[in-house]
Amino acid sequence: MSDAIVLTGRAVRLSRRNLDAVLTAMLLPVLLMFVFVYFFGGAIDTGTRTGYVTYVVPGVMLLCAGFGSANTAVTVTNDMAGGIIDRFRSLDVSGTALVAGHVAASVLRNTVATTIVFGVAFLIGFRPDAGPLDWLAVAGILLAFILAISWLSACFGLIARTPEAAGGFTFLMMFLPYPSSAFVPIDTMPGWLHGFAAHQPVTPVIEALRALLLDQPVGDSDWQALSWCGGILVVAVALSGVLFRRRTA
Amino acid sequence: MTRQPAIEANGLKKAYGAVTVLAGIDLSVARGSVFALLGPNGAGKTTTVRILSTLTPPDAGHARVAGYDVVRDRPRVRRAISLTGQYAAVDEMQTGEENLCMMGRLTGLGRVEARGRARELLERFGLTDAARRTAGTYSGGMRRRLDLAAGLVGRPEVIFLDEPTTGLDPRSRQAMWDVVRGLAHDGVTVFLTTQYLEEADQLADRVAVVDGGRVVAEGTSGELKRQVAGERLDLVLADAAAFAETARRLGGRLVHSDADRLTLGVATDGDAARVRALLDEIDPDRRAVRRFAVRGATLDDVFLTLTGHAATTPKETADV
Repeated sequence: MSDAIVLTGRAVRLSRRNLDAVLTAMLLPVLLMFVFVYFFGGAIDTGTRTGYVTYVVPGVMLLCAGFGSANTAVTVTNDMAGGIIDRFRSLDVSGTALVAGHVAASVLRNTVATTIVFGVAFLIGFRPDAGPLDWLAVAGILLAFILAISWLSACFGLIARTPEAAGGFTFLMMFLPYPSSAFVPIDTMPGWLHGFAAHQPVTPVIEALRALLLDQPVGDSDWQALSWCGGILVVAVALSGVLFRRRTA
Repeated sequence: MTRQPAIEANGLKKAYGAVTVLAGIDLSVARGSVFALLGPNGAGKTTTVRILSTLTPPDAGHARVAGYDVVRDRPRVRRAISLTGQYAAVDEMQTGEENLCMMGRLTGLGRVEARGRARELLERFGLTDAARRTAGTYSGGMRRRLDLAAGLVGRPEVIFLDEPTTGLDPRSRQAMWDVVRGLAHDGVTVFLTTQYLEEADQLADRVAVVDGGRVVAEGTSGELKRQVAGERLDLVLADAAAFAETARRLGGRLVHSDADRLTLGVATDGDAARVRALLDEIDPDRRAVRRFAVRGATLDDVFLTLTGHAATTPKETADV
């Protein structure tokens, strides 16, 4: 446990000195938000009373969180490919402590990034109706999502041999929100896509965030969202242990 | 207890798929000594170090380091050793001080103790002025010293150095040698691998020559040198043609060959009559050999004699 804390401190320091990665993780979602709101927004009818910006913000937050968390794959691969991993192992540092350090730093990084993206959203007209409890729930779901995706991303980092390959995971996380209700309502998509779009993990997270922010009935989307995140996290933690042992055998 | 060797290996074997890397390595290293594992690339040096430092399990055989089995007592071995590999195991984006503090914390020191230990090591390795700079800005020699310092944070009993001076310039190499001598002076056991014969000769109390995953010879560098002829006759040839012709005439008697310097070496006992007879035999026209010198054998000769190929200059073997 104390190893994990020391390694979190290290991962945070490394993040602070690799600001371009952090900035990219912030700028890209912000730019995409501009693209959706100003370029496409006028043409998209979401069937809601609020403006498109309010419809699209949960999706942008998810994009931001997913994209930023996926960067964990790159940081983990960098460690595994360099000599430092042998040094850590010779100090009897466990794979879980190492991954936990990277994941914790990722959560901190993405909390900052997400807050800033929320700020920009407010500036361009995002007006949610959420009360304090709703905001708390939004923060909780986003944190759970960031945690789960970061740890899953670390698994990809343990599989990938080069940082470039690990970067591929960020692509997946960039893409996954599109076939969901993040940017357009699902029923505007072709029928064969409905099944996937309605049941992929991103959709309940989006639905829950949107319902909480717009003070709409949440239904069971919040529990679905948390179950998905919890499930992904449990699988990712177990998988990362196995992958680390296999990689270092 | 203190008479027990620091490192003991019996019949270590390792294969990766169909490639046998270690074909049965036996070693014994006395406490407080400097031991060099000498061999060319691919001889199995790094694999041996990885097994002894618990990073890779052997397929067969046993090894004890600091009195503990490297497979069964892995955590205990890890607490007693440090490993500095061929690739610097430090964070380039952290400063020298941060790297050492982190290692200190990971070995179980408190925040304050870790900082004190870091300062002490930076001082000892001449890195105090660079303590607040990120390691990415360090020169190759500085980075290697920081790496070694990082391995010493936990005060290990046994230190493994895998090719500690590969890629360093002569001045940095000399600095590294001084560091290793300092460690030996402090009484720690140093196990180093090298492809430089001079390095083994300079630093090690005992040397094991490895080739093709086996120890082909072991002893002090003096003993190893005595295994080949006591002395070597070096002949400097007139030109490339004479070099090739003389090399052909000497055939299996050659123990040294340097095409760039047009020099060939054969074992000799220094007896004048025999040297004269040899010169007459290989150079009947008295035009091919320009100069000659009799010198004590080097570890190069040992290597060539023991393994049938040169240690550091594969080009030479290709030319012969």
